[in-house]
Amino acid sequence: MSQKPVGGPPGEEEVDWCLYQLNGTTEFEVSEADIISTVEFNHTGELLATGDKGGRVVIFQREPESKNEPHSQGEYNVYSTFQSHEPEFDYLKSLEIEEKINKIKWLPQQNAAHSLLSTNDKTIKLWKVTERDKRPEGYNLKDEEGKLKDLSTVTSLQVPVLKPMDLMVEVSPRRIFANGHTYHINSISVNSDCETYMSADDLRINLWHLAITDRSFNIVDIKPANMEDLTEVITASEFHPNHCNLFVYSSSKGSLRLCDMRASALCDKHSKLFEEPEDPSNRSFFSEIISSVSDVKFSHSGRFMLTRDYLTVKVWDLNMETKPIETYQVHDYLRSKLCSLYENDCIFDKFECAWNGSDSVIMTGAYNNFFRMFDRNTKRDVTLEASRESSKPRAILKPRRVCVGGKRRKDDISVDSLDFTKKILHTAWHPAENIIAIAATNNLYIFQDKVNSEMH
Amino acid sequence: METDDREGNRMWEEDSSPKHLLDTMFARGIKRKCFDGEEDIEGTLAGFKSVPSYNLQRQSLLDMSLVKLQLCHMLVEPNLCRSVLIANTVRQIQEEMTQDGTWQVINAQNTGQASLDRLVSSDILCRSTKEQGEGKLVPSYSSFSKDFEDIQSQDIISDLSTVASVQAPRNPQSNVWEMENPQENRGNFQKSLDQIFETLENKNPNSVEDLFSDVDNSYYDLDTVLTGMMSNTKMGHCDVLESFSSQTTTNSNSNCKSDINELDHIVEILVES
Repeated sequence: MSQKPVGGPPGEEEVDWCLYQLNGTTEFEVSEADIISTVEFNHTGELLATGDKGGRVVIFQREPESKNEPHSQGEYNVYSTFQSHEPEFDYLKSLEIEEKINKIKWLPQQNAAHSLLSTNDKTIKLWKVTERDKRPEGYNLKDEEGKLKDLSTVTSLQVPVLKPMDLMVEVSPRRIFANGHTYHINSISVNSDCETYMSADDLRINLWHLAITDRSFNIVDIKPANMEDLTEVITASEFHPNHCNLFVYSSSKGSLRLCDMRASALCDKHSKLFEEPEDPSNRSFFSEIISSVSDVKFSHSGRFMLTRDYLTVKVWDLNMETKPIETYQVHDYLRSKLCSLYENDCIFDKFECAWNGSDSVIMTGAYNNFFRMFDRNTKRDVTLEASRESSKPRAILKPRRVCVGGKRRKDDISVDSLDFTKKILHTAWHPAENIIAIAATNNLYIFQDKVNSEMH
Repeated sequence: METDDREGNRMWEEDSSPKHLLDTMFARGIKRKCFDGEEDIEGTLAGFKSVPSYNLQRQSLLDMSLVKLQLCHMLVEPNLCRSVLIANTVRQIQEEMTQDGTWQVINAQNTGQASLDRLVSSDILCRSTKEQGEGKLVPSYSSFSKDFEDIQSQDIISDLSTVASVQAPRNPQSNVWEMENPQENRGNFQKSLDQIFETLENKNPNSVEDLFSDVDNSYYDLDTVLTGMMSNTKMGHCDVLESFSSQTTTNSNSNCKSDINELDHIVEILVES
């Protein structure tokens, strides 16, 4: 396993990652509500949204380049913070509905405003983010404070003019898509037609129109007639980036189903089933659990799919259903520890995965605040750490290594020393540049390619 | 393997801990041949004096899984994916035990009417109805319904003994997966958990039957419950309730510690009426 940094665009093999900025509180002040539960760049990479367990959304905006202030270029500053979801109580079922934000997805920008969808377990909301930097002054009927003028004092007419004001970012909920799901929503995905989106829970997938909130169309339903027969659930789903009729969903048994909405109204029957036969030599009681797919992402090109299961990330070619074209081991040293991981529930952790802009590098998180990158072209991979101690601003990240007995180099970490409470579940890659956002508990790390940042 | 002095979540303490052994056993799907020097476990097994049998390991995994399924009812709303995966694991183990004949042996010991081919469905796993005459190896627990007029919970009171007082049809809604009627699911399962933990501690290897040997059958005898004449002190706070309740739709065996305020409130109402 090579330790050279990876992640550059094709033709430029080596990337040095360095910490660009770190947002979050120090470890002694962590409250459960601050734990980041999702991270998402918008389509241009100008905005970065995070959701947390307390139902809040924080949007960061990248500062535009400016020759006057070379040091603050490319920094992501807080643009807006708002409370997206509140905890609810379902009185009928005597159950609490968590306000934790499970997923955020940006809509493609169609006018000056930005829009995003945020969802918790049950309800999806469409938020509109607008800027206001001017305000009209000089009304005829109202005075500066908005009170109605005494008409007798008005002697002439004037045209109100727009005067600049301090920038205000306003966020308003434009749509609330409620009561569509009995089970917990695990993913949402905006269609390339920019009119519809889908939301998936454990057993069903619904198709919504962005402008219609009082009904949705059920397109996948895997709930068995008898719940006792339930052996498989939906774990993630996504629309194809280019074909508005195609979407994929993954299951807890490790299979992927590509569905075509043109085929039938209810897409219970898949168009393609992607499944890798089990390796008999690796079979154990935990085989099924570790094969459960926790995340699925189409490549930007639309040609490939990336899946994450407990121990590996796999690249699938849409044209080949029998097996993935590439498999990368994320932390195979855990394979002999599965029983302990089952006992402490870590085996059920859901890690996400991400493509870089050119689909040449894939990234996913692991334990001990480690995250991994795999270069598909050079076949080299690297393990990096997101921690305050090992990340000084602008210093290049040092690759980490986990040793499994045998030779141990300096700075290696043994498997038994890994901290399983520090897990990186949520990561995001800028759509075009080598900028990554890593959520480590309540901290948001933004790493940039050193070359990239020096150019500004 | 050494333990690190660093603070953190250390999962593996000593080489000979049961957990560690379980890990090595299940690493590569090792079934019968545990000690034939498979490369990946050789190094880790070195230095061990004795390794528990595969059956014991498998039993531990089964017990652990059943406990996990029980615990899922305590949460706000159970994670369905996790529950399904655990239930599938339990099924897998039971299938294997059936093929081994291990399952068969235990069933024969318990009752003569064991239904050997029937695997426990996920529903029963979480609701744990131990139906009379059939030695289904699931922990039984009581569903403590907060709503005393809810007759649905009646079906959960099933006899371990052969005397059948009540055999209500299984409520299809009282199901680990269902969300529509979580009241049963959210009932107090503390007593059953206590039973499980107790029996897990005390049980002997290869004696699955012991898992349930500590269960006091009188708990599930509806007559006893109805008359409230339980002499067993395990009832604790609940016997007050039993003597007042005319509708004994609930199994009073639940440990009511956490619901004591509610019980007091209900008792007040009953007394006043």
